Amino acid sequence: MPSPDAISAEGLSVAFGEGTARSIAADRVTFRVAEGGSFGLVGESGSGKTTVLRAIAGLIGDWTGGLTVRGETLGPRRQRGFYRTVQMVFQDPYASLHPRHTVDRTLSEPLRLHRFDRVEARIEEGLRAVGLGPEFRFRYPHQLSGGQRQRVAIARALMLEPRILLLDEPTSALDVSVQAEVLNLLADLRSRRGLTFLLVSHDLAVVAHMCEEIAVMQGGRIVETLDVDAMRRMEPREDYTRHLLRASMGYVPEETG
Amino acid sequence: MSLAWKEWLTSETPASRRQARLAQLYLNWLNFSANPLAVLGLAIILGLALMAVAAPLMATHDPLAQNLGARLLAPGQGGYLLGSDELGRDIWSRIVYGSRITLMIVGLVALTAPVAGLLVGTAAGYLGGWVDVVLMRLTDVFLAFPKLVLALAFVAALGAGIENAILAIALTAWPPYARIARAETLTIRQADFIAAIRLQGAGPGRIIVGHIWPLCISSIIIRTTLDMAGIILTAAGLGFLGLGAQPPLPEWGAMISSGRRFILDQWWVATIPGLAIFIVSLGFNLLGDGLRDVLDPKRAGR
Amino acid sequence: MSDLLRVEDLWVRFFKRGGGVVEAVRGVSFAVGRERVGIVGESGSGKTMTGRAILRLIRPPGEIRAKRIGFDGTDLMGLSERAMRRIRGERISMVMQDPKFSLNPVMTAGEQIMEAYRLHTGAPRGEARARMIEMLEAVQIRDAERVAGLYPHEVSGGMGQRIMIAMMLAPDPDLLIADEPTSALDVTVQMSVLQIMDRLVRERGMGLIFVSHDLNLVASFCDRVLIMYGGRIVETCRAGALNEARHPYTRALLESLPRLDRPKPRLSVMRRDPAWLEEPSVDAFA
Repeated sequence: MPSPDAISAEGLSVAFGEGTARSIAADRVTFRVAEGGSFGLVGESGSGKTTVLRAIAGLIGDWTGGLTVRGETLGPRRQRGFYRTVQMVFQDPYASLHPRHTVDRTLSEPLRLHRFDRVEARIEEGLRAVGLGPEFRFRYPHQLSGGQRQRVAIARALMLEPRILLLDEPTSALDVSVQAEVLNLLADLRSRRGLTFLLVSHDLAVVAHMCEEIAVMQGGRIVETLDVDAMRRMEPREDYTRHLLRASMGYVPEETG
Repeated sequence: MSLAWKEWLTSETPASRRQARLAQLYLNWLNFSANPLAVLGLAIILGLALMAVAAPLMATHDPLAQNLGARLLAPGQGGYLLGSDELGRDIWSRIVYGSRITLMIVGLVALTAPVAGLLVGTAAGYLGGWVDVVLMRLTDVFLAFPKLVLALAFVAALGAGIENAILAIALTAWPPYARIARAETLTIRQADFIAAIRLQGAGPGRIIVGHIWPLCISSIIIRTTLDMAGIILTAAGLGFLGLGAQPPLPEWGAMISSGRRFILDQWWVATIPGLAIFIVSLGFNLLGDGLRDVLDPKRAGR
Repeated sequence: MSDLLRVEDLWVRFFKRGGGVVEAVRGVSFAVGRERVGIVGESGSGKTMTGRAILRLIRPPGEIRAKRIGFDGTDLMGLSERAMRRIRGERISMVMQDPKFSLNPVMTAGEQIMEAYRLHTGAPRGEARARMIEMLEAVQIRDAERVAGLYPHEVSGGMGQRIMIAMMLAPDPDLLIADEPTSALDVTVQMSVLQIMDRLVRERGMGLIFVSHDLNLVASFCDRVLIMYGGRIVETCRAGALNEARHPYTRALLESLPRLDRPKPRLSVMRRDPAWLEEPSVDAFA
């Protein structure tokens, strides 16, 4: 029997609001992420890509359809074991760390919640793994740069030794040079630990760099799923994808009549 | 401050939780003390506290000792620093001992009302659903009563006295804190760092206590300090009506009330306690403003 | 091409409480004619402060010093605040990043545009209204009458930005400073907003200063690009000649960007040479 997919979504649908204010954030989304693979969800704002990620994470309780993670079907609530398997890195490094907690507190809390041993050693290893020295341990988030905060957020996500990382625009809020460091770090961590990535971004170049397979979303639906080579060769099947690819390549003046 | 201490407190790389926390406090203190009005407010409140603690040392006479032969003497006459009241009691000594009562009122209310409000507000804001509805309707019930009216009802039911007055004030003071705490919680709840801790499997209790309270505390502290002036005035009002501290306790409001009759000729009997209330209220207001400038979360310890 | 704006030796400093100075812009000189000039840099490069300094929008504890900021023959540094107010919006306009934060949330789009127009021209309501509709149509908003009655929170980001552009161009300024005008927009919307800006700037013969962190976008949109680092200009490039850039910072920036058309096994990580902060600012007058 082949190993189960890391993540499998079948007809995942999420809607918000009631009656006339009801909006469909995700519409029968179906895709598979292989174990150890790196899958990208690309789209513009309102495409539903972040909704899908948050539904998988268990942050949205109200969804329909099928979701499986490593062979286990997911219900509306998540069990403790889930958090040892799946973790998330958030977009805004300024909002994903508690402003009144030191780095030490932020990293030790998951360990204490799950009663890990060797807390001190794990914190130091965790910081080292993301390229931060022990001098960062007792700083507050406002004493860190954007790139350093994101590294701490990555270290936090890895504290519980997950197999799957959900990444919500992990570098959109960072400068270009810092983005390069963080993307390299993520790629290294993935190859060293055999992690599976599900990466959401609006930046096609970032997704193409990090992912092997990409799903393009628009208006809550998956418009097309293609592999990264097809995307680089500019050979999409759908018009919307082509439109998105062209717009991502830089400014093109309008055709003058 | 010795250079070594200063370096330790402003170090860029704190080496322990304690150092990090103390460094933050030091930074906050520096910001606070840069504001002269805030420091004045703090000085007034510390002065109040000092007066209360050192009352036996600061008073010149026994505050309860009457001397009917020396009634209504002007300030400075007959060895009475601020004059004597209608029963010949030294006003200065009564003010000094009255500070204990003021401090007791302020302290007890500050320890109960904001705490109750924080508990109710954060629980309602985070848990939502019917918990929110029930707790907020409960809050509305208490909010509907004007402070003084409820206090009157309370002391009417339980009997006059300073403890019942304090209880009554606390019961009407907690709802605004619940509202503030709930509003803050609703905003904080949506932040990514809350999502992150939820994703680690933390339950609502841990999240509310460890993650939400630290962020609400600033607003609550500021609001409490600014409310103190109003609390003192309410207590004074009750005292004035004869429902708070009972004679012969030197509660400042009661002193104003009993001095009312002499306001035209012996103005000091009522005015001096009034001035004391004014100064202490001012102190709390200045302190609260100073704290708000320092603790505003948008500044995040800068 | 004659210069519309000529900035000579611009410095912007911020004085911190308790001593200490932060120098956001350090001796920058450049000129802008009736062309599109892009200013590119990462955060802390001084690009935003440069844009604001031209309009003297920096308040204490910030301080602007320049040998000269020449605009159409006048030195802006020598003008009184009243005179500057007449320049702002009327002769030099600014479009900012997020219309959510730069449009007044309690006024309708139409009212805001009309207010801006009437402030600078003193025109009567009727004329202002006609002009407002004209501007909304110029930024390709179909159904201008309806949109004029909408509040900022009722419109999408792209439309909000177009409203902002309409408002800023209504008084027909000579120079437009756009500070990350499309960074908050989706990439397909970015295209249409840039096309509108492109056409308007060309049709009116305006100068445009486009401040952004997106090197590729600026290089494809502007005629000239100034790259800033540490408060100074480190290099200037002509459009389309970006890959011929010589300064190590520019090259490092280009190399650390992931590319859609070409895979890179690893993004090169910039090694910051402290010497870059010491070099004098490159003059960008041509």
